[in-house]
Parts: sequence; C-alpha cells; structure tokens
Amino acid sequence: MDKDNKKELKVAALKDGTVIDHIPSDKLFKVISILKLEDCKCQMTFGFNLDSHKIGKKGIIKVAEKFLRQDEVNKVAVLAPNAKINIIKDYEVIEKKTLELPDEFIGSMKCMNPKCITNNEPMASKFITIDKEKGLFKCHYCERVVKSEDLIIE
Amino acid sequence: MSVKSLVSISDYSKEKILQILDKAAAFEKNPNQKILDGKVVATLFFEPSTRTRLSFETAVNRLGGRVIGFADASTTSGTKGETLKDTIKMVSNYVDLIVMRNPIEGAARYASEISNIPVINAGDGANQHPTQTMLDLYSIKKTQGRLDNLNICMVGDLKYGRTVHSLIMAMSHFNPTFSFIAPDELKLPEQHKMFCKSQGIKFEEHSELNEQNIADTDILYMTRVQKERFTDLFEYEKVKNVYILKNSLLEHTKPNLKILHPLPRVNEIEQEVDENEKAYYFQQAKNGVYARQAVICDLLGL
Repeated sequence: MDKDNKKELKVAALKDGTVIDHIPSDKLFKVISILKLEDCKCQMTFGFNLDSHKIGKKGIIKVAEKFLRQDEVNKVAVLAPNAKINIIKDYEVIEKKTLELPDEFIGSMKCMNPKCITNNEPMASKFITIDKEKGLFKCHYCERVVKSEDLIIE
Repeated sequence: MSVKSLVSISDYSKEKILQILDKAAAFEKNPNQKILDGKVVATLFFEPSTRTRLSFETAVNRLGGRVIGFADASTTSGTKGETLKDTIKMVSNYVDLIVMRNPIEGAARYASEISNIPVINAGDGANQHPTQTMLDLYSIKKTQGRLDNLNICMVGDLKYGRTVHSLIMAMSHFNPTFSFIAPDELKLPEQHKMFCKSQGIKFEEHSELNEQNIADTDILYMTRVQKERFTDLFEYEKVKNVYILKNSLLEHTKPNLKILHPLPRVNEIEQEVDENEKAYYFQQAKNGVYARQAVICDLLGL
C-alpha cells in the first residue's frame, strides 16, 4: 500500500451518502451544528485537523445515507465557501457540488441586530447577498450589512 | 404584494426623486387643494414624534383628506401582545394609506409586505426616514438652485444619524463632494464610506468643526451629538463644545451656504445663528409639508 492510500484510510469509506471536504478546521464544529448532525441517526465520521495542502488544517464530514437539501448546501456555503461536497452512491462519487452563495437567504439566518423586526415578530428572516467574494450580506428588513463570520446561522 | 410604498430612500430612482421634488414645488405654490377629498390616512406612531407626525397630518389636512391614528403605542393592542402584522392587516382594511413610525428597524418594510395599501416609513429606529431625506433634498435644491456638484458638509453624530446615511444615499445621484466632521466615537460607519467609494464619490473626514473645514461648503448639515451615544462620558465632555455652531464660525463661509438640521436642535446651533440669513432649518421643516404632500399623492396615484 502506498503512502497516499494510507492517508485515505484515516477516514472510513462511504457506501452511500455525502462527503463535505476541505472545511477549514475552525469551522468544522460549526458546520456540524448548522446541519444539525447531532440529531441525525445516520453513521458519521468526522475528521479534524487533517493536513491539507490547500488550507493548512482541514476538517471533513462523511455522513451515510444523507443527502443535503439546497438550503443546507447554502448554509455550508456561507461558513465554508471553499468546501467541496461530494455525493457518493455505491462507493463512487456521482456528483460534485460546487458551493455558491445564493442571491438571497430566507429563514436560515438570524439577524444580529436585536432591534430588527425579524427578532421582534414571528416571521422569517431574509438576507440579500451583496458581495459574494467578500461574503457580505444585507438584512432585507433592517438594512444592516454583515460579514459572513458575523452571521448567526440557524 | 406589490403595492407601491416608500420604505427606504433607495426605493426611489434619481428620476423619481426629481419628479417628487417638482411635485413638491407645485404644492408649495398651492398647498391647499382638495386632492385627497374622501381619502383617509392612518398615522401609526409607535414612538413619539412632533414634527414628522404634525407635518404628515398637516399635509393630509391641507389636501382635504382625513387622518386617524395614534401618537402613543401604549394606547394600542400592541400592549396586549398583538403583532405588528395583525395591526397592519386590520388598519389596511380601514384606510387608503398608512404612515408609520416604529422604533423597530425594518418594521416599515415588513408592514409594506403585509399591507394591501401603500405604507410610508416615517422612521424605523436607526434605519430609514425617507420623507426627511426628500425634504432635505427639496431644501437643498430650493436654496442652491440645483442638486448637482455641491459641497456638502455633515457634522455631528454621523454614526447613528439615519438622516445622514439616507442623505448620502440620495445625493449619490448628483455627484456631491462630502466632508464628514465627527468625533471619533461617532464617525461615519465603514458601510457608508464603502458606499461612497463604490459610487466614486469624493469625501474627506475631519474631527473638528472650524472655519477652515467649512470654507468651501454649500450645505452645512448639522446633527445633534447625543450624550447617550457615548460609552465614555469623558469623551462626550471633551467634544460636546467642539460641535457648536456660532455666528463667528460662519463669517468667512460662502455666501450661498445654508445650514440645515433635521431638528430637534438642543445646543449644537447657538440661538444667535437663528437670525443669520444662512440659517435655513425652520424653513426646512416647513418644506416637509410639501415634500410629504408630493410623496402621499404619488403613492396614491394622484
């Protein structure tokens, strides 16, 4: 077995499910949390602080029998825009999803402004993506502009 | 629901702004007309206001419309836990137009999405107050004869002052040069400086109100430096007198300079300045009636 294969074996292979790779290590637990994986009954493997040529230390999530909905993919895109999502069927990658921030988010993020109407009425939040590269979002209601790291993802 | 409303100054294009200002000028010539005969306007003020509410109500009354509403949220079902949604749903069944002030930011946008009649935002917390901006623009155009290529100096609380932020947005259509004078704690937030840069608008920042910094100014836009905004009262004591406008500061300013202030004024403009021909803040408040008449009639398609 060559050196590369040994590295691969650090994380268990997956028959059917989703692999989220190239998550910056410091974002791994946040991604687990926003995808509510702790409530999921599926088999999961997490890798933390794995060596990565691209980003130094990376995290990886492998979830069996789970396929992300688009709103879940969008949330990952906010936290870890350079992560890679692979869909696995029968041990083969059948789809690679590239992450892109959508033009707007409805209901999945909480506005940080306590005086925002979305925090004072039973209603859905709405954010408009104003700069995909810099990761800047504007609350559709209170019009505050926030950076992705300051967003509260629900 | 796609009913026209005015929630944020960014809802208006440059053409729309100019059209409303022309309409306001026509109302100034002839403020008493029966255009709103048979119409009922609700003024829902969840937060106290004197000028804004009275000028909206004057605007409607002079056009022959009727006004219902409240000036104090404590008299409403909101105190029983009624949601804003339910209040707006109900009121929009009664009247032809809603004017709302609410301390909650984004309340007007939300109301405009729920309502089946037009909503005018008369202030939502620190966010927007677009009719104030329209009367500011009207006052600038009236006193300077134009909106293009003016030097506009904004003084005071540039951090929390919503009138400042909205005026920057609105003036961005007219190639202004801005000068921002504020103490460190109340400097213009990065978001608005980024906006100026993205629009190619020239601006400079100063921390002192002195003759030199206002020598080229056409419009001096004063705002109140509020004590409650300071986390460190020592800082407030240091700066509070630096931002007081006196006649002596105005001696060498341009002859066309006009002083605007969204009011209420506390002590940032000395009483002696009121008699100076460059003072324009009381006429500015009067212009609010015409600007609001124009906005109301536009939203009702009249």
